Amino acid sequence: MIDLTLTELKDALARGDFSARELTAAYLQRIREHNGTLNAYITVTEEQALAAADASDARRARGEAGLLEGLPVAHKDIFCTRDVRTSCGSLMLDTFNAPYDATVVARMADAGAIMLGKTNMDEFAMGSSNETSYYGPVRNPWDTARVPGGSSGGAAAAVAGRLAPAATGTDTGGSIRQPAALCGVTGLKPTYGRVSRWGMIAFASSLDQAGPMAHTAADCALLLQAMAGHDDKDSTCVNEPVTDYCAALSGDISGLTIGLPEEFFPDDLDGRIADATQAVVRVLEQRGARVAKVSLPSVALSVPAYYVIAPAEASSNLSRFDGVRYGHRCDDPADLMDLYKRSRSEGFGEEVKRRILVGTYALSHGYYDAYYLRAQKVRRLIRDDFKRAFEQCDVLLGPTSPELAFALGSKKDDPVTMYMADVFTIAVNLAGLPALSMPAGFIDGLPVGVQLIGNYFDEGRLLNVAHSYQQETEWHRQAPALGGTA
Amino acid sequence: MAIDQETVARVAHLARLHISEEDGAEMSSRLSDILAMVDQLQQADVADVAPLAHPLEVTQPLRKDEVTEPDIREQALKLAPAAEGGCFLVPRVIE
Repeated sequence: MIDLTLTELKDALARGDFSARELTAAYLQRIREHNGTLNAYITVTEEQALAAADASDARRARGEAGLLEGLPVAHKDIFCTRDVRTSCGSLMLDTFNAPYDATVVARMADAGAIMLGKTNMDEFAMGSSNETSYYGPVRNPWDTARVPGGSSGGAAAAVAGRLAPAATGTDTGGSIRQPAALCGVTGLKPTYGRVSRWGMIAFASSLDQAGPMAHTAADCALLLQAMAGHDDKDSTCVNEPVTDYCAALSGDISGLTIGLPEEFFPDDLDGRIADATQAVVRVLEQRGARVAKVSLPSVALSVPAYYVIAPAEASSNLSRFDGVRYGHRCDDPADLMDLYKRSRSEGFGEEVKRRILVGTYALSHGYYDAYYLRAQKVRRLIRDDFKRAFEQCDVLLGPTSPELAFALGSKKDDPVTMYMADVFTIAVNLAGLPALSMPAGFIDGLPVGVQLIGNYFDEGRLLNVAHSYQQETEWHRQAPALGGTA
Repeated sequence: MAIDQETVARVAHLARLHISEEDGAEMSSRLSDILAMVDQLQQADVADVAPLAHPLEVTQPLRKDEVTEPDIREQALKLAPAAEGGCFLVPRVIE
């Protein structure tokens, strides 16, 4: 059963092929066998999962099955879960048990989903390789000497390695899409404001968004259906009607115009990744899509703009971790200042400290106009580029990542090189647009991902384009040989 | 723009972080790398461009000023590293 997609598992549970308990037990067994190698989970909630599965089987027997009834899911350890540790990948929150569930967690549980555990991630979602986690790096199931991407690397590795059929992730600059690409799964970052962020630990509040990760676009449609919608507890969560995402999956893309931004195909792009991306375009053309060339000239400045805006917002958001109300506190503080400084310096890892310092610097007196204000102006230029592009086409397409999964440790001490891993994903967050990454083939045994970007609240169309592609291809069905020599 | 160790120490204080002298050199070199990359922003022609703080053109909704949250004072205090008498405990701040 672990090779079935979430949608297939839903049908199999409805038919009674197996129970939610049997399914949950099968995934818990996979976790026991392979989490030691992959380190995809920080916390496994075995007892709660089995109890929830029994309750789900009972609901189904009473004819009360919800949208995700009996389906196991893994939550990124950035979502607060009542009475289960929410660490955010940090020593700072190593002992933090939230007194409430995040809206995403509660909505999925209300729909019948079974939580298997909490997945590993870069500390406070700051990273593109999952190496900044206090709990150690996650390993890529396709080659355990390589990174899974980040920051939702545990989620991507769990789905790719069949340690969960689906997972939640969050995406501030590519943290769903880049690990999805590097691990060969499908991941969607919805429009900013589509999914509630209540109970999701904040990194950069004008960029953060939660979304689903699974094998297929149809699986992501099912998950987003349960996740999306207005929430009074999050004032940035928009009050727009939720599309019927599953009904949007006709597979018909005739007449669709796909824009290929020239900036996503730079001269120095790995030719193999460029070829894999063009191959996707040809499949979509055969299915009735038209192609247009477009340009997003200001996208070249998206990485520098992001590395002002995101650290600035992070430096403010992370000021709440003060060693007073919750989280890590140093031993024997001499005074209040010593308590703040040592608690924070011990509790945060190097990358988090770097970003807090960059953000504090960019917001400080004398530098605000040169950095923060200028970055916000560039942000408008980037947003306007996308607006113009969407006047000519329905979706944009390009590679998700400029590279395949890289070796563990190869960029760890070079933050600027690491930041370039998100060169194709970051502009989408600055503009607040929805985008997904889908598996598009393999190079030297490693997955390649292709990114589709949609207009605001056009998740249904994005999912349908990916679904159309997945009807024609089998990349999303490939499984790594865990425990083998691969 | 290069950021020297003295600036690192000043910014670290603003951010309530302690960066030891031995880590300061490494930190100043990494931060200088990041700021050098960020300095590409100076190439952009942003005359007459208004800053964009938020990706969606929406305004904050207002709600009625009503108490909706339950009282979780005890649970909240249980999360604290130190609490006493219904309050968070910190080192003495007034002599």
